Amino acid sequence: MKQWRFEISSKQGFPDVHGRDVLEDIRQLNIQSVEDVISEKVYLIEADFDLPFAERMARELLSDSVCQDWHIGKSGVPAGPMQATLIEVHLKSGVTDPAAESVRAALSDMGAGQVASVRTGRKYVLLGTVSDNERETIARRALANDCIEDVVFGMDAEPPSPHTQPYTMKLTEIPVRDLSDEQLIQLSKDMDMFLNLKEMQTIQSQYRDLDREPTDVELETLAQTWSEHCVHKTLKSSVDMEHDGKKLHFDNLIKETVFKATKDLNKDWCISVFEDNAGVIEFDDEHAVCFKVETHNHPSALDPYGGAATGIGGVIRDPMGTGMGAKPVANTDIFCFARPDMKLEDVPKGVLHPRRIMKGVVAGVRDYGNRMGIPTVNGALYFDDRYLANPLVFCGNVGLIPREKCFKNAQAGNLVVVVGGRTGRDGIHGATFSSGEMTHEHEDIFSHAVQIGNAITEKKTLDTLLQARDANLYEAITDCGAGGLSSAVGEMGEKLGVEVDLEKVPLKYAGLSYTEIWISEAQERMVIAVKPENLDAIMSIFDAEDVEATVIGTFTGDKKLTLRYQGTQVGQLDMDFLHEGICKYDRKAKWETKKLSEPVLKAKDNYNDDLLKILGSYNVASKEWVIRQYDHEVQGGSVVKPLMGTDNDGPMDAAVIRPKYGHDKGVALSCGMNPCYGDIDPYWMALAGIDEAVRNLVCVGADPERIAILDNYCWGDCTRPEMLGALVRASQACYDGAMGFGTPFISGKDSLNNEFVCDDGTRIAIPYTLLISAIGIVDDINQCVTMDVKGAGNLIFAVGLTKNELGGSHYYKANGELGANVPTTDLKVAAETAKRLHQAMKQGLIRSCHDCSEGGLATALAEMAFAGGYGIEADLRGLPVSDDCVKTEAMLFSESNSRYLVEVQPENFDVFAKLMLNIPFGQLGEVIEDRKLLIHDVQQKTVIDADLETLKQAWQKPFAW
Amino acid sequence: MDTVKAIVLRAAGINCDLETQHALELAGAEVERVHINRVIDNPAMLDGCQIMVFPGGFSYGDDVAAGKVLANQVVHHLSDIMHQFVADGKLVLGICNGFQVMIKTGIVPGLNGSGKLSLTDQKVTLTDNDCGKFEDRWVHLKPGTDRCVFVNPDQQIYLPIAHGEGKIVCDTEQTLERIVNSGHVAFRYVDADGNEGDFPVNPNGSQDSIAALTDSTGRAMGMMPHPERCVRWTQHPHWTRLKDREGFADGMTIFTNAVNYVKENF
Repeated sequence: MKQWRFEISSKQGFPDVHGRDVLEDIRQLNIQSVEDVISEKVYLIEADFDLPFAERMARELLSDSVCQDWHIGKSGVPAGPMQATLIEVHLKSGVTDPAAESVRAALSDMGAGQVASVRTGRKYVLLGTVSDNERETIARRALANDCIEDVVFGMDAEPPSPHTQPYTMKLTEIPVRDLSDEQLIQLSKDMDMFLNLKEMQTIQSQYRDLDREPTDVELETLAQTWSEHCVHKTLKSSVDMEHDGKKLHFDNLIKETVFKATKDLNKDWCISVFEDNAGVIEFDDEHAVCFKVETHNHPSALDPYGGAATGIGGVIRDPMGTGMGAKPVANTDIFCFARPDMKLEDVPKGVLHPRRIMKGVVAGVRDYGNRMGIPTVNGALYFDDRYLANPLVFCGNVGLIPREKCFKNAQAGNLVVVVGGRTGRDGIHGATFSSGEMTHEHEDIFSHAVQIGNAITEKKTLDTLLQARDANLYEAITDCGAGGLSSAVGEMGEKLGVEVDLEKVPLKYAGLSYTEIWISEAQERMVIAVKPENLDAIMSIFDAEDVEATVIGTFTGDKKLTLRYQGTQVGQLDMDFLHEGICKYDRKAKWETKKLSEPVLKAKDNYNDDLLKILGSYNVASKEWVIRQYDHEVQGGSVVKPLMGTDNDGPMDAAVIRPKYGHDKGVALSCGMNPCYGDIDPYWMALAGIDEAVRNLVCVGADPERIAILDNYCWGDCTRPEMLGALVRASQACYDGAMGFGTPFISGKDSLNNEFVCDDGTRIAIPYTLLISAIGIVDDINQCVTMDVKGAGNLIFAVGLTKNELGGSHYYKANGELGANVPTTDLKVAAETAKRLHQAMKQGLIRSCHDCSEGGLATALAEMAFAGGYGIEADLRGLPVSDDCVKTEAMLFSESNSRYLVEVQPENFDVFAKLMLNIPFGQLGEVIEDRKLLIHDVQQKTVIDADLETLKQAWQKPFAW
Repeated sequence: MDTVKAIVLRAAGINCDLETQHALELAGAEVERVHINRVIDNPAMLDGCQIMVFPGGFSYGDDVAAGKVLANQVVHHLSDIMHQFVADGKLVLGICNGFQVMIKTGIVPGLNGSGKLSLTDQKVTLTDNDCGKFEDRWVHLKPGTDRCVFVNPDQQIYLPIAHGEGKIVCDTEQTLERIVNSGHVAFRYVDADGNEGDFPVNPNGSQDSIAALTDSTGRAMGMMPHPERCVRWTQHPHWTRLKDREGFADGMTIFTNAVNYVKENF
């Protein structure tokens, strides 16, 4: 076989966009010596063809004759006076290379004959006097990620060999029966199992009873299945809580809080909750919708692009694996980062700069979500420096599923078929890894836990699975997520028993041991249960669209998990022990109400500067830079888009899509989260999150009687009682909030141990973070409402009470304070307000509606005005306030919950006012032609007086990247 | 002809096929979505169709370059068939990724004389947006020709784009002059008042603000904007601001024109 090397570069006179971006990234590193960057694509192909064919290939396939040049072989440094530095970046051996797979397909179309390997890489020529040190920094910090890529310098260096060593079967037993406690702990550590002593002892006693030693694959299976990531042992544990000295006990924390609300509410429109890969609720007579939100934090910290891409790729497979498989119709994403302008020297060792993390994460979600053809319609970004080493990446997906396809039914005798991507060494130990805390060494040790996605494989798999579902050709489906086949097959066979022949699993390359095959978290794989008589029919569906599907085993009925490799049994576990054997935990939790006080800030005559500062803060600022990179219109169902208004740049409160052509029913999606409040009290933080998520849905026209919510906890190390105490407080709020609004939780997930140990031993824990995602049904999308003001002369009303609640507010934050008066929620009033407003919307009385939250009243008014292109004149005398809310700053910036700002046409005043009877509301002002925001205080002093352009510019500036 | 038949081609990574089917059905066509593997197996299935659409998406992940691998597949397996389809007076529409496929096979602007598909005679291409990233935004489009069956020559329309490689570039000034002067420019990016401008009016930096190209017959057109995403007024970004909501479905003009053309000419 010949080794061919192709280099593709931009032609003279045509811009090298990628090179330009890299140059900008280098400048961000404060390196000024590089004057220009030339970027090239490199293809390394090992094949039989001759030079004329190679030239044809370069000309026809690899290059664009209009704007690109090609070169076969290695080109030298460009001529010219400037010093040139050559850097090449190649994927590490074994890392998925999606482009290589497409090139292979294209080569076969061209009739290339035998092709042994295809690899792609990137080459950079840095022009300028670059020192060795700078070269190293640029390579590591701007060009490549050590986790997945190798860097090659200069002309002579060769990229790593693509070939892997073959694997020879060797059955490995791990003696545990005679180990001491210390040795058990050491074993758990050595094998990256993240199991604690009690769990290791449980395993030990099981094998003592069985009178044999476990095999490696058995231990790995137990570690995966019992990982925090997979079973959520903390939330399910029994908890003794001490709250301000008062004692409380939970037998099972989550069952008595989050799940209990769902059970107590007992909504008949909930179809499947907390059982399947996503929660399922009724949509219309024919269809249901399901929703799941996952986190992918640890992988995104190491490889932001790959981690986030596989985060969205993974959560898309949840609806695909729910019931008999749903069609994904919308994505959501919420990210938490440290401030992107943080100084380089403030970033600890082993941690990527937050700006690089943010750019990588956004690009990862963009490239995967867009390729899947699923609109990313809702999301949020939060910034707090405590997310520096533990960025949070929440990805969500909504699916549409026929009502009669909401449940699975695998039976003994069904074949186990794995569909989609091949298995490689990527993502080994992802489940256990994500259950532990991170250290500065994780970058090296856990690079194998990072997975690389290939969206097109997933899209092809989805296309064919939906055909197979509609033809009733399989009995059950689930996705391969954390834990890989071990979790997917293990769970599907939990009630039946299953045997698997591991050598049948198709591999990306040779060399994987049976254990690696079993626990690999390689992406884009689904597992289905197929009746033998349906096998031919289903295989022909996959074949027709080049999707790989392989029978790897059988569901048996013996309630055992049996693993074989080349005919030898390598592991056998009782399903009961595997799924029920995990010991229960008793944990201690403690919460003491914090002793905080309210700051005394000087009263001012004018609050323009504060408003501008809040609008220009990272949390409040326009996220247009992110939103525009996502395709939010694909599938043709967008009704309320993320950005609307007169210039298509106003921030909508929630997204609405119409998932079925020709039907006017819609699905609305929103989220609520405010980690700032958690610094005061996690109970009120959680309640504010629920209030905000519900409010956002009500703003766009969703029916408050048809809202379901999801919880995603991201917390620190819960073996510390204070940490767990905070989680208990939040869980109590989840129960109260869900009951108060009548909004059941239908699914959730937690990610604990989000802490980082720096090389000097300092610990950084993230703030308590609870994301509430909400899904609502819109009966008639034609009645949806957006937040941009619509016309001069219309009246602006404030609905809901403004209280003296500046604690944790952006106003205090902008002034360097935290405060004590965290926003509380009167659930009775909140739920009633939502209901009445919805009635007003159904009667067509509301021209615009905006949720009043971060940044308070002044911020919300500013956003409504510049989104709609009209001014607003407001008078605080019309604002409904609590008795203790007397200061102007509180009226302007308090972040009290359950508040809405609405625009009503004057002729509808009476009807609207009647509807709002007994709800706190007041006429705040009106929409004016003059493009200004004017706010007068109760003494009729003008406290805010700013033109819309200034306000909008301040709001758009932080992310005008 | 009363029954207009359209075929929407799928391939690995194509993802706008369903909404394109829906738009064509609203316009009155009978639509079949077919994987390109089926057409390669059985090209005769195109015989009864008068409209072929390459929809949007990321065929084969847009690896190598957007639309390139699918273009390669079309040229190697369906070259004669595609040529014949247009020669028979039938219509071909490419949207976004479909446009990228059509330009990389030479179907549009169709400057290579023979009219045959080719991967090497390309004089015009679609490449990386000047802004360097994927952009989803709404754009105003002004017709540039009166001889393309998909285009109402007097109607400016408003549609969304969503792409990372949508910048039209020609190999030479002469090529640009030729496509402009011979009526190959189907639409240009303009502002609400119909004037050309810089980003974001021209969202990707296309030469001469070109958003869509047609071949010399006017029956094949490729466009970067997505007409199938504006077939109902609730898709319009200003719909909650509009008093009179009917009629705000500019994308329908493209599909309706195609269906009407077939009705009248077949």
